[in-house]
Amino acid sequence: MKELLLGNEAVARGAWEAGVNVVSSYPGTPSTEITEVMAKYNEVFCEWAPNEKVAAEVAIGAAVAGARSMCCMKHVGLNVAADPLFTVAYTGVNGGLVIVVADDPGMHSSQNEQDSRYYALSAHVPMLEPADAQECKDFTKKAFEISEKFDTPVILRLTTRIAHARSLAELSDRKEQGKKPYKKDTMKYVMMPGMAKKRHIIVDERTAKLREFAEDASSGVNAVEYKDKKLGIITSGISYQYTKEVFPDASILKIGMVHPLPDKLIREFAESVDELLVIEELEPFIENYIRQMGITKVEGKKYFTNQGELNTTIIRKAYKGETPDSAQAAEAVEAPARPPVLCPGCPHRGVFYVLSNMKVRVSGDIGCYTLGAMKPYEAVDTCICMGASVSMAHGMNMADAQFGEKLPTVAVIGDSTFMHSGITGLIDIVYNKGTSTVIILDNSITGMTGHQQNPTTGHTIKGEEAPAVNLVKLAEAVGVKRVRVEDPFDMKKFRAAVKEEIEADEPSVIIAQRPCALLKSVKYGAPVDINSEKCRKCGACMKLGCPAIYCEDGVYKIDKSICLGCGLCEQMCAFGAIGKEE
Amino acid sequence: MKNLDCLNVLIVGVGGQGTLLASKFLGAAAALSGKDVKVSEVHGMSQRGGSVITCVKIGDKIASPIIDEGEADVILAFEQLEAIRWLPYLKKGGTVITNVQKINPMPVVFGAAKYPDNILEVLEKSDIELVTLDALKMAEECGSVKAVNVVLLGVLASKLPEVSKDIWTESLKRVIPAKLYDINEKALQKGLNV
Repeated sequence: MKELLLGNEAVARGAWEAGVNVVSSYPGTPSTEITEVMAKYNEVFCEWAPNEKVAAEVAIGAAVAGARSMCCMKHVGLNVAADPLFTVAYTGVNGGLVIVVADDPGMHSSQNEQDSRYYALSAHVPMLEPADAQECKDFTKKAFEISEKFDTPVILRLTTRIAHARSLAELSDRKEQGKKPYKKDTMKYVMMPGMAKKRHIIVDERTAKLREFAEDASSGVNAVEYKDKKLGIITSGISYQYTKEVFPDASILKIGMVHPLPDKLIREFAESVDELLVIEELEPFIENYIRQMGITKVEGKKYFTNQGELNTTIIRKAYKGETPDSAQAAEAVEAPARPPVLCPGCPHRGVFYVLSNMKVRVSGDIGCYTLGAMKPYEAVDTCICMGASVSMAHGMNMADAQFGEKLPTVAVIGDSTFMHSGITGLIDIVYNKGTSTVIILDNSITGMTGHQQNPTTGHTIKGEEAPAVNLVKLAEAVGVKRVRVEDPFDMKKFRAAVKEEIEADEPSVIIAQRPCALLKSVKYGAPVDINSEKCRKCGACMKLGCPAIYCEDGVYKIDKSICLGCGLCEQMCAFGAIGKEE
Repeated sequence: MKNLDCLNVLIVGVGGQGTLLASKFLGAAAALSGKDVKVSEVHGMSQRGGSVITCVKIGDKIASPIIDEGEADVILAFEQLEAIRWLPYLKKGGTVITNVQKINPMPVVFGAAKYPDNILEVLEKSDIELVTLDALKMAEECGSVKAVNVVLLGVLASKLPEVSKDIWTESLKRVIPAKLYDINEKALQKGLNV
């Protein structure tokens, strides 16, 4: 029986069928659902770790102990986990170890569009890349086999259109693997210079063996489809699907293992076709490799950009000069953009309205609250990576101090992001006698990725109760003396608190505590309404940027189908026109 | 009328309106009808009240899960501004089924842009097949404003005579929690009757 599976669901299913025992991950679009689905399988120990480095290390530990293990993350998460990656590549494994990384070409929900294939190359780790849900499942299983056969971690690389596309996949049963015996082996698992030098030799030999494996058709990772030999295309992942649509008659070398690449297979294919084209998203990873082999007739990025995603329209236009034949509107209508916004009832709205009004410099971070950079707040000044808000605020403050200045500055960071890598920045501030103010937006959940538990929420991924990190005590424990909890919906009090803490000549933490409005436990009751007799049409309520408040023909109204009744807008009205119906 | 031999449906709306569930529903029905199907979804940041699209491609063998410009047979729009925004994705002479509901994007909310007031008029004059309905009101009549997605999918279902009512209800059961089934079954029927 075939099922319509999301690529991410298929990866989880494949790992389960392969008998995986331990899975540790940190959520991040487009990888999150793999671990969420995994958590539903009772045979598997599954957890959200505080960050990707920890997740990878947990999985490495489990593999060394002899179990099959996996960790999943988005592309930028692999930067965080890069430290263990480069060395576990040397030690190898005991039980199979699969690291899933989901790239986001086009940046649907990311801050950059790095190409993670280079990690496989520079860490000397094999990387598989599936092209649909069936392959997501099959390649995950194959990754475990390769991992154990060649004593190596294996990276499974997805991109958004693979991770978040559903297609039909055949299901099988789980095959328990048992636990491989654990044997103390310091030459293999203790990477000091003397041992690591010996392991590096083994790593290079392993890569050579993996390349031979990739050449062999029976390995089932790379495949040649010969049709018309005038045009031969080398491609992988989602680009393979686009290629099949645009060039149904071309010969194709479909790469399923993007590292190490199969030299002989590539050379043979190149010699068999008149024209050789590489279709790949992002960087010319495969194309450059082929050029280095001395094959000069290859083309790729001559036609296709390294920016954003490819699609069939882009490929047709760039290579064939064809443009789509679309339906046309009878007359042009200018459609205003619809950027993402903070939800109605969002607890961050109070924070950003206040910060925007105070005109302070805001060192921002990764999460729903990055939207505080958008109109109408335009409050956030910077967003680089997870945890950077805290350390960057310290850097800003210290740079100012060097020049005798003190610009009012705060860091804003979510509860989950603070656990991920904000705490180390806070320790830095205290240790090095900084004075920065950190606002932790504690909405009791990991919001942007779709409500995952984290160490502060009191629940595990499986919904079981767990000890919750106490943010107040944690901040105090690292040496912050000024720690306060405030409600971001009491905007007057919140503003006073921010002002006080910025002025203080020592580090401070404000915990802005109010749960995400989308949590089931949050109930504000009936929507609010605007009394048109009391309304003076000043428009102050609109400044909150709430999607539920709008103006039609000069009359201010509330869209009751989306208003959650949080009542924040009541504070904006000087005339008492907004409130719940009696 | 449309058939499942080659059917590209682009589902467009505003994050939070339930477009994802609609695509799962249609995907399940296609799979139950014995067809190949691919569904492409959008998760993450753009879901937060942004313009969202999902693609459902049905046929004998589907390669790319994405519907590109000029490739959609049907655009199922949950909101009228989104219907006109994604019109270039429709094939010449294709079908637009749109909810008449308007949801102001943020630039309109804070006064930097104007919501066009002639969208339905322009669509009416364009060389397409157009179906408009007040799906929000119809969903409300069924017992939940959240059933907008199923009402709209019901309208599409009425254009696919080869898919039986049983397949639609079975697919609905697979994607909707049991306690919400009755409301959504009503919504499906309402859409079918449009």
